Amino acid sequence: MEHYVGLLIRAVFIENMALAFFLGMCTFLAVSKKVSTAIGLGIAVVAVETITVPANYMIYQYLLKEGALSWTGIDSLARLDLSFLGFLSYIGVIAAIVQILEMFLDKFVPALYNALGVFLPLITVNCAILGASLFMVNREYNFTESVVYGAGAGLGFALAIAALAGIREKLKYSDIPHGLEGLGITFITVGLMSLGFMSFGGITL
Amino acid sequence: MSAFKEALLDPVFNNNPVALQILGICSALAVTSNLNTTIVMCIALTTVVAFSNLFIAMVRNYLPNSIRIIAQMIIIASLVILVDQVLKAFAFEISKQLSVFVGLIITNCIVMGRAEAFAMKNPPLPSFLDGIGNGLGYSVVLLTVGTVRELFGAGSLFGVEVLPVAANGGWYVPNGLMLLPPSAFFLIGFFIWALRTWKKNQVEEREFKLAPQMSNTHQEAS
Repeated sequence: MEHYVGLLIRAVFIENMALAFFLGMCTFLAVSKKVSTAIGLGIAVVAVETITVPANYMIYQYLLKEGALSWTGIDSLARLDLSFLGFLSYIGVIAAIVQILEMFLDKFVPALYNALGVFLPLITVNCAILGASLFMVNREYNFTESVVYGAGAGLGFALAIAALAGIREKLKYSDIPHGLEGLGITFITVGLMSLGFMSFGGITL
Repeated sequence: MSAFKEALLDPVFNNNPVALQILGICSALAVTSNLNTTIVMCIALTTVVAFSNLFIAMVRNYLPNSIRIIAQMIIIASLVILVDQVLKAFAFEISKQLSVFVGLIITNCIVMGRAEAFAMKNPPLPSFLDGIGNGLGYSVVLLTVGTVRELFGAGSLFGVEVLPVAANGGWYVPNGLMLLPPSAFFLIGFFIWALRTWKKNQVEEREFKLAPQMSNTHQEAS
């Protein structure tokens, strides 16, 4: 149990998707102008990430990995190494799951569906989602670990984007040098936030 | 001819994908701590953007609108797999350092963004050039950031020592912050500042105007 809690905390704070690995930056910068939309996006990312990472784990473990097809019992299939098809299948799985989630929410939780709006389909091309799946494969997590890691990575991203949106709402009213306005000062803000998050780096779990 | 030149050179400074369009920032930050990985990443991305633009422009008239995103994704993902396999075969060390970031070219917004915004509306040749141009624009930012980070963070360029480091008996004490993630944000922030000071029209409109201070207006009136 302790191991999983440690993994979760590491994924949220120490290895924060947005601030330590720079993943999902495009959405991170583009959708952080208002706190309410940022939180909506954050929730969507947590949901999608918690589902896609384990799903991609299954795909990798039972279809793509070397010797993964041995459950079929066919000898020529068992020796197949399809891991080069990884990128194509992960992105396919992500796109499909986002689509399913969108239909599901539309039917059963219309309030949340309306709140998320256009961000839900956009999540497909969010690097934080694909990145989490690729890290999961790279670090050879098992099934439970991949669920925990997916949730943690999503939570970390949500936390970071909500915090940035809060800062940017305040920043709107400040007097910034002309060329630095907008994107420039946002980068510097994110840099400072990232510096803050690095203080978690010394924690050993 | 000038249209081709424009498609090639416009994205470098006037319409830079990283600094103005806010596209493809994820990888721009993560791979720039030394120049070797930076340059490999630039080449990989430029190749993928150029060819995905070319192929998407070729099939653009046969793509039904409703499935165009999936079709684009498949073209892009296949190209990225090719690049990844080539890197693994010929530059294994660097491909290990880049780890997941080669794969993340798929979700790099520059590739999708250019496919949607340019390749779907233009013939293959200009699209190809537009791809190369955007790749170059991305490379300019990355190489600038990479050069500064490696030079000041490790005192070297391409792994060759340029500033003699104090640990080896020289005079330069490396600035460790430059190798850490936050420095990339600061550098890109400053890069954007410099670019916008040079090209004024890229400055974003203020959402609020500061009211003139009372004392000043009074003096002007008198």
